[in-house]
Amino acid sequence: MIDWPVYILAASALFCPVLRRAAGRWTGYLLAGIVLMLAGYFASFVPAVGSGQIVRQSLPWVPELGVALSFSLDGLSLLFALLITGVGFFIVLYASSYLQDDALLGRFYGYLMGFMAAMLGLVLADNVITLFVFWELTSITSYLLIGFDHTQAKARKAALQALVVTGSGGLALLAGLVLLQLAAGTGDISAMLASGFNAAESPLYVPIVVLVLIGAFTKSAQFPFHFWLPGAMAAPSPVSAYLHSSTMVKAGVYLLARMSPILGGGASGPQGWTYALAITGGVTMLLGAIVASRETQFKRVLAYSTVSSLGMMVMLIGVSSAAPDSAAAAAVAAAVATYILAHACFKGALCMVAGAVDHAVHLKDTEQVGGLSRVMPITAAAAALAAVSMMGLPPLLGFAAKEQVLVVLLDGASRSPLGVAILIAVAITSVLTVLLALMVGIKPFVGALTRTSEPPHEAPVRLWLGPVALGLVGIVAGFVPGLFAEPLVRAAAAAMTGPSVVSGSATGGPAAAVPAVNLSLAYLLHVGPALLISIGAVVAGVGLFLLRSRWRAATNWLDKLDWVRAERGYEALFYGGVLGLAGLSTRVFQNGSLRIYIRIIVLAVLASSGVALAMSGATFLRRDLLSAALADTTLIEAVLVALIIAGAIMAALIGSRLAALVAVGLVGYCIALLFVIFGAPDVAMTQFAVETLSVIILLLVIFKLPKYNTLSSRRTRVLDGAIAVGAGLLMTAFVLAAQASPAAKPISHFFAEKSLSEGYGRNVINVILVDFRALDTLGEIVVLAIAAVGIWTLLRVRPARTPAPHAGGKGGHTS
Amino acid sequence: MIIRSVILHSASRLLVPLLVLLSVAALLRGHNAPGGGFVGGLIAAAAVVLHAYACGAGAARRLIVADPRVFIGIGLLVAITSGLWGPVLLGLPVFTGVWGGVTVPGIGEIKVGTPVTFDVGVYLTVFGVVVLMALELLED
Repeated sequence: MIDWPVYILAASALFCPVLRRAAGRWTGYLLAGIVLMLAGYFASFVPAVGSGQIVRQSLPWVPELGVALSFSLDGLSLLFALLITGVGFFIVLYASSYLQDDALLGRFYGYLMGFMAAMLGLVLADNVITLFVFWELTSITSYLLIGFDHTQAKARKAALQALVVTGSGGLALLAGLVLLQLAAGTGDISAMLASGFNAAESPLYVPIVVLVLIGAFTKSAQFPFHFWLPGAMAAPSPVSAYLHSSTMVKAGVYLLARMSPILGGGASGPQGWTYALAITGGVTMLLGAIVASRETQFKRVLAYSTVSSLGMMVMLIGVSSAAPDSAAAAAVAAAVATYILAHACFKGALCMVAGAVDHAVHLKDTEQVGGLSRVMPITAAAAALAAVSMMGLPPLLGFAAKEQVLVVLLDGASRSPLGVAILIAVAITSVLTVLLALMVGIKPFVGALTRTSEPPHEAPVRLWLGPVALGLVGIVAGFVPGLFAEPLVRAAAAAMTGPSVVSGSATGGPAAAVPAVNLSLAYLLHVGPALLISIGAVVAGVGLFLLRSRWRAATNWLDKLDWVRAERGYEALFYGGVLGLAGLSTRVFQNGSLRIYIRIIVLAVLASSGVALAMSGATFLRRDLLSAALADTTLIEAVLVALIIAGAIMAALIGSRLAALVAVGLVGYCIALLFVIFGAPDVAMTQFAVETLSVIILLLVIFKLPKYNTLSSRRTRVLDGAIAVGAGLLMTAFVLAAQASPAAKPISHFFAEKSLSEGYGRNVINVILVDFRALDTLGEIVVLAIAAVGIWTLLRVRPARTPAPHAGGKGGHTS
Repeated sequence: MIIRSVILHSASRLLVPLLVLLSVAALLRGHNAPGGGFVGGLIAAAAVVLHAYACGAGAARRLIVADPRVFIGIGLLVAITSGLWGPVLLGLPVFTGVWGGVTVPGIGEIKVGTPVTFDVGVYLTVFGVVVLMALELLED
């Protein structure tokens, strides 16, 4: 049953545009209701999954390749599923208000629900190929959502950038997952976990890790692939709040957490995974926080701070796989899970607040906005809650997350120099995070009220409902952790550290591997080094906030380090390399000249097939066959062949299009007659109809063409003639070779035998077309339909400079 | 473009229904005798094109009622769904023929199968494509 939410969302995505037309402004409420229902459905799993149960569901898909549409709901999946549906509910409501005047809102809902389905499928997928398919679907739907404002060149560019970066990573991931499936002998992640499979024992370990890491790092915007995320913030606020803060960018984190027990290398194995994650994540975390502290625009601050948070999650996953024992690993995993939950709440809320502020005062810069708490008190309260959680202050969940992180890192720092470096990096990042939280969550709402052309007002209820609810989740989770936060975090941590409870043994109670997690304030507030670091960070952060203009001035030299943006490298590679190559191949092969197209096609056939034929050593001429064939030829056949040859020569030489068309028609009809004579009435009938209609349609085209003229040089015509003769000779050689060396057992016998018994038809040709080879025929009619769409577009869509003739007007203009 | 010819005009009034009948006949007998959806669609399209030559593209559009693109879409839909009965109903591979008989009083049993509906899809698609091309070119 757990796969049904994915199908329900996908189906609702398909019907969104229609629904919008039918239900109008109720569409948003309807869709939000569906999402809320699914959130409730997943929430009902919290007690069972929290105690270690895993729900599985599998449907065969391509059993021959070991691919199954299999889903599994364990703690980690449940955590993400709840985030996706829970935050998704508020996002749908938010979008219904934020974009209510947009004519394309129906389409937007479709993209959004499609994304939700893909994201949910991704976190529920158990089979690696299923996981990859949903992974790609999130990239595609996110492309559509970022580029939703498609009339803006900036949005289109950002969408393409995100698609190219995450899509390239997706290709690497596919390769990595296929190798993993080969190494493990199964495609099901749960089976790998259950058998205790350790990829480090496989010779393919290094390529698997490298490829999977590229996939995860591009998706979760890790350095040096981080640059697409700030660009993607060009999307409407609901999208940036949902995809680029709470859900999609965490897909890479999810994958790393999911793969950690398999690819982590084991306690005594290679440490490459740990170092790759810890260093990449650490660099991303610091870099993101520093760049964010220098930005002033809401969305850019939030984007870089999200990059920073993602870096921290990746780093922590790396740390967890290096833990000396399973209890230590579980503690790190619990810290990651708490942080994922807390971050989704406060960052999603802040993104929605940023959109609401933009909506109210039409200003995008944090430094320009102030005093809004007087006019938008509810939004201000929600922003303050989120900021407090982001700073890591009690009693919100952010505090629990940060304390846990510091505790586990202090533990790690006592063991290795890398641990010390990580601890220092996290401390610096915490200081900067406090600054960022104050900038976007507090600063715009205090101080003197900003003067704007129209007086600012409180945001509509659907715009503040999400931030307020997410803030309340943070408070409830902080005060009453046992309600849902602890079971969720415990189960997610269990899933991240390895196999715990085999599916089916749900009634066995909490298994030993389910780690102890204590998120209660009383426990976390005991004075210790972690709390001291925390307090120090908050004090330093507030100080930095007050001195922020000096801080920005002092760090101006960072702008010279353009390489940290990494965007230039992407642009050189993509625009210079890929598009340059595409341009070159277009100029050479697709230059719009029909003659060149035909030349290239014919020459390519001549070169490839000609060489193949020459090398096959086939006999072309068997005198006995040839003389037998000549002796069999009747007068009427000879006449038809003579007419065909004459028609072909006439079509090539004659100086009038109409005459050439008639000559081509003659060739076609004569060939059709030959089919009649050789006993292929079906082919002949079709050929007659095709010839008739093509002559009629070509006739219509000819009327529109300019006067016939000889424009090509003599040299060109000789060259074309030579190519044409070559093609004719090749076909002749093929026919002769086929005659001289008949296949051992022609396939036609099979069709002739099975036509009536299996296909219930006596017309073999037709049975082949509609039954045995129906898929080919389907392909052909699809091609026909696409060609018709192309023709329709070419004939209907005119360049803008020639105004269209009066609609419905008859005549009046001559062509 | 209309060819103003009394002969063509009168002939088309007689020929168009005949051609349409012929096309349907070609479609239906195709499974056992020469014919089939492809050629049937072409014949039907020829009928419409003939009508368009005689009475104008507008008249031809009114004759076929729906936009040619609708025929293409329905045709593809019919063709694709014909391939899905096997997997959906019987768990067989895509495009496995599924057959059933219908007894019509006075005529006897008529065999209906997904290959036949598939052929109908081909017929509609081919018809739509050719008519679309011809009418677009004729109208200008």
